[in-house]
Amino acid sequence: MLEYIWLIPVLPLLSSVVLILSAGKLPGSVVSILGVGSVGLSALLVLSVVSTMLPSVEPYQISYWTWMQVGSFAPRMAFYIDGLSLVMMSVITGVGFLIHLYSSEFMQEDTDFSRYFAYLNMFVAAMLILVMADNLLLLYLGWEGVGVCSYLLVGFWYTNSANGRAARKAFVVTRVGDTAMALGLLLLFTQLGTLDIQPLMQAAELNWAVGSQWPTIAAALLLGGALGKSAQLPLQTWLPDAMAGPTPVSALIHAATMVTAGVYLIARTHGLFLLAPDVLACVALIGLATLLVAAFSALNQNDIKRILAYSTISQIGYMFLALGVGAWSASVFHLMTHAFFKALLFLAAGAVIHCLHHEHDIFKMGGLRSKLPIPFWSFLIGSAALAALPFTSGFYSKDQILMAAWEVPSIGPLLWLGGLLGALITAIYSFRLVFVVFFGDATTEPDRQPGWRMALPLILLCGLSIAGGWIKQPLSSVFPLSVSHHPSLSIEAISVAVPLIGLALAYFLFLGKQLNVSSLVNSSIGQSLHRFWKSGWKMDSLYELLIEKPYQIVTTALKPEWADHFYHALVDLCQQLNRLLSESQTGLIRWNTTGMVVGLIILIAVAGGFV
Amino acid sequence: MSGLTIPLEHVLLLASLLFVCGLVGLMVRRNIIFILMSLEVMLNSAALAFVAAGAHWNQPDGQVIFLLILSVAAAEVSVGLGLVLQIHRRFRTLDMDSANRLRG
Amino acid sequence: MSMIALIGILLGGGLLCCLAERIDKNLPRIIALLVIFIDLLFLLYLISGIPAGQFELIPDASNANSWLMHYKQDWIPRFGISLELALDGLSLILLLLTLVLGIVAVLSSWQEIQFKTGFFQANILWTLAGVLGVFMALDLMLFFLFWEVMLVPMYLLIAIWGHEGKAYASMKFFIFTQVSGLLMLFAILLLVFLNSQATGVLSFSYFDLLNNPIGDPWSTWLMLGFFIAFVVKLPGFPVHTWLPDAHTQAPTAGSVILAGILLKTGAYGLLRFTIPLFPEAAQNFAPVAMCLGAAGIVYGALLAYAQTDFKRLVAYSSVSHMGFVLLGIFAWNELALQGAVMQMVAHGLSTAALFMIAGSLQHRLHTRDMTKMGGLWFNMPRMGACAMFFAIASLGLPGLGNFVAEFLVLLGLFQVSPWLTVIAASALITGAIYSLLLIQRAFQGEPVEGRQLADYDLREMSTMGLMMLGLIWLGLYPQPVLDLAQPVLASLLKLVSVSPSILVGVSP
Repeated sequence: MLEYIWLIPVLPLLSSVVLILSAGKLPGSVVSILGVGSVGLSALLVLSVVSTMLPSVEPYQISYWTWMQVGSFAPRMAFYIDGLSLVMMSVITGVGFLIHLYSSEFMQEDTDFSRYFAYLNMFVAAMLILVMADNLLLLYLGWEGVGVCSYLLVGFWYTNSANGRAARKAFVVTRVGDTAMALGLLLLFTQLGTLDIQPLMQAAELNWAVGSQWPTIAAALLLGGALGKSAQLPLQTWLPDAMAGPTPVSALIHAATMVTAGVYLIARTHGLFLLAPDVLACVALIGLATLLVAAFSALNQNDIKRILAYSTISQIGYMFLALGVGAWSASVFHLMTHAFFKALLFLAAGAVIHCLHHEHDIFKMGGLRSKLPIPFWSFLIGSAALAALPFTSGFYSKDQILMAAWEVPSIGPLLWLGGLLGALITAIYSFRLVFVVFFGDATTEPDRQPGWRMALPLILLCGLSIAGGWIKQPLSSVFPLSVSHHPSLSIEAISVAVPLIGLALAYFLFLGKQLNVSSLVNSSIGQSLHRFWKSGWKMDSLYELLIEKPYQIVTTALKPEWADHFYHALVDLCQQLNRLLSESQTGLIRWNTTGMVVGLIILIAVAGGFV
Repeated sequence: MSGLTIPLEHVLLLASLLFVCGLVGLMVRRNIIFILMSLEVMLNSAALAFVAAGAHWNQPDGQVIFLLILSVAAAEVSVGLGLVLQIHRRFRTLDMDSANRLRG
Repeated sequence: MSMIALIGILLGGGLLCCLAERIDKNLPRIIALLVIFIDLLFLLYLISGIPAGQFELIPDASNANSWLMHYKQDWIPRFGISLELALDGLSLILLLLTLVLGIVAVLSSWQEIQFKTGFFQANILWTLAGVLGVFMALDLMLFFLFWEVMLVPMYLLIAIWGHEGKAYASMKFFIFTQVSGLLMLFAILLLVFLNSQATGVLSFSYFDLLNNPIGDPWSTWLMLGFFIAFVVKLPGFPVHTWLPDAHTQAPTAGSVILAGILLKTGAYGLLRFTIPLFPEAAQNFAPVAMCLGAAGIVYGALLAYAQTDFKRLVAYSSVSHMGFVLLGIFAWNELALQGAVMQMVAHGLSTAALFMIAGSLQHRLHTRDMTKMGGLWFNMPRMGACAMFFAIASLGLPGLGNFVAEFLVLLGLFQVSPWLTVIAASALITGAIYSLLLIQRAFQGEPVEGRQLADYDLREMSTMGLMMLGLIWLGLYPQPVLDLAQPVLASLLKLVSVSPSILVGVSP
């Protein structure tokens, strides 16, 4: 079975190539079958691989060809499958298949249906390469590949130039991180002589002391890449704008898979990060800061997709927090459950938007509970999982993270408290969304109901969002075992209680109206805070002021091509000289004769030796 | 050959004087007729020098060259006068300063 | 002899094109296409005659017989000038690139050029002949001759068939190249003179001059003479200013040849002559040269962003990309050199394609101003897809040739100077900024109402497809090119053993 593993990324890639070459000439049904079927086949293959490799996942490595060989630099086209890759592959193909199926209905009226599936399939292929790669360079290929696909899909509706801008922003901001990562790759190869991940980790442990200079720099550079891709502070600004793409794209790329690539990268190279405790602490702090910053922003959005976008940033913050405290498997666990419930939420949001004539503003919705039952239940279950209500999948994963944070010496309780605060706000904003959209007075009338291709993925994801917490991930051979003595029951109890408090608060604020939310917002400080948080802590304006504007000023200032002024000055000098000399050419015969005579006299004098 | 002989130096002096006269005329005159005449004077001064030198060394070469100069002068005059006519027709003047198209 | 025939076919083909125009206006381009194709086949035939093992042998740079092909015939024996041509892996890569892009250039002029078609194609063929000569000549006087041969027809291409500002642009191009060529001529003559004084052998042959005993300060001056000549052509910052003008005003085929091939002669010259002839002087100069390369990368990328003219943007992106070549050459280790060679090929393909797209846009819209474009994807999805592909290639997407090149250069450079690497790597970001801006301005946004434009037809798509395949191949399996260049670079590295480590090094 394992020898066919190359088919897993190649099938979607092939389908993508066929769709691109067909240039939109294939009928919609064929496009759907190709697009959805290829990912479905990949998912089946992954399933069979999983069943072959379980229960004891022995890492499997297969090499196809040497990508390039220059001296000792010889990265290969090779795959490395272990428990971590398997989890990622399952999520990508499994959730990916459901989203593809959903897309086939969601996008069927679009004129560029086949282009959509071409991009989406290409994305799945690139993402699979990313998680299956045996060396960092191939991982980087997948890494950039998903970036480009994300760019293409965010800017999918290209006739609106705002979408194009959002797409470019997404690509360029993540590219900043990617460049740091590329430099990290250069450093790792120069210092350790290989980019193959497993030998690299061994070499790092052998050659570098904990906390020394090189592992710290290398880990920091890789972290830069992870921050960009996973939309963490300070590179998080692109993700809310990336919601300009079609909603299934947001579900697949900007919730379930691509944005968690940073988490995957750090988990994959955890050996290196363990050598750099300072960087690891940074990861935890950045995660904590991001989860709080994004949670406050999510609380203040009106656009249904932007709420979910900020919530994604916030949840990935939890994963980073987990990574930072060394709870690798908890992080990957949350990655998986998050993929389930956030994909569910996005798809449900897509269904709502789809049925409400592309309405995005939650305050223009309301009372949709009975009119759109499937999206309602999906939303309810998804939000419960997002808020980490007991017995949902999100509960188990978030609980693991908070417990791991608590156990960290010295700053542990602080991290725990921050995470708890985040959980409270998460509960408030997720149920704010549910209450505002599905309860209250009906203001809009849906003009259609989701068909089976949209409903089925929702139902399946509902199941996964609830039951996903019981999936046991085969990660024990991947990560070092963390010794955990369980914290006291009271800590555990508080962690359980906080989301419930949040739910209650949301109920009082937005449904029961026992607490007057508008008076809170309308006070002057409330208003400015609301605006501040709504704009994502003004980070966009800050970057515009600090980076975008100066960049434009510099380029505009350079545009006249100052180097050319020097060459033009040379030309001018020549012309001046020419003018000066041409003054001597009077055109008068007398002048010429005199010149000749004087010249002759001088010549004769010189020849005669008089001078 | 006997009788009064003029010393060669005198003739050459005369020739030089004539040449300088012509040259100065060439340099200071603006009328093309005078320029041509100055040229003629210069040519003839050279011719005089040749004749005198030929006589001094009893060689025929001087006279041969004189004949050559004579024909050159004739040719020059004919070309020159043609130019004069053209210039007169073009510029309605014989002032050579007006024909300064070569000015840089 | 066969190598002279390679050049002769093109020269003769040019004459034939001139004559053919009298019969039919459309005939010359068919003839030009055939001539280049025959030349390519001839080259492949010549290579096929070389035993396979020879490609892996490291040629002894000072022994002509170890090269793949070598030909020498007295020309002006009194001055030690001979017709000396030779071929090694590096030249071979560039010859193949030249001929392939030559075909592309002729194809790109198919509809665009309707005026004096015969003379146009003749000029293309003559430029190509000059370039082939430059890549093969190993007698310095012959090299200089070919250097000039490729210049004049190129000048005519811009001056006769260029766009609105062609007089200025062609003159600028001519003067820049000519002045720098003059410097090179001085350097060549002085080198030969000094060498003959020192060794008693008057010869213009590369092999005789390689181990010249000239020391400081002459070697530095001579090296600078060569360096400037080649860096103008490359073009390096700050002598790049002819390039945006020339590119913008040249007809499409001219831009394709300029960007794809002519710029590479500069890089080739640096690699073949400047450093091997004056190893020590070049090494001392390397930090400056590398800083110039890095400056070019940053400057080109910044200026590309500021442009509104499609072609100017691509031209400045060339300045940025060729900075990598300069950096790679002067970093002088195997990784960086391989990267530089790779960049020559990959940049040749990707930029040529972008210029072709610019040309097709100009042909259809009669403007290169991107502010007057927008939404063109709607009208021409096939062209949009091509533009997207090549823009993404030029911003260095892994899996395409440009990434392999840039990554290798950066990897090699990192061992020499990490800080310069950081500066150079900024091109990954700035490159993304301008490439995507190009796509957005031209192809995305609101389409203009009622604009009817012809999308790419089969001929154009197949040309584009050819170059796309080339880039994908280079990106996923660059080994054939690397293998071809490897022995040559190894022999060059042997000539100059120490790599410059004047700047802060990190090697353990």
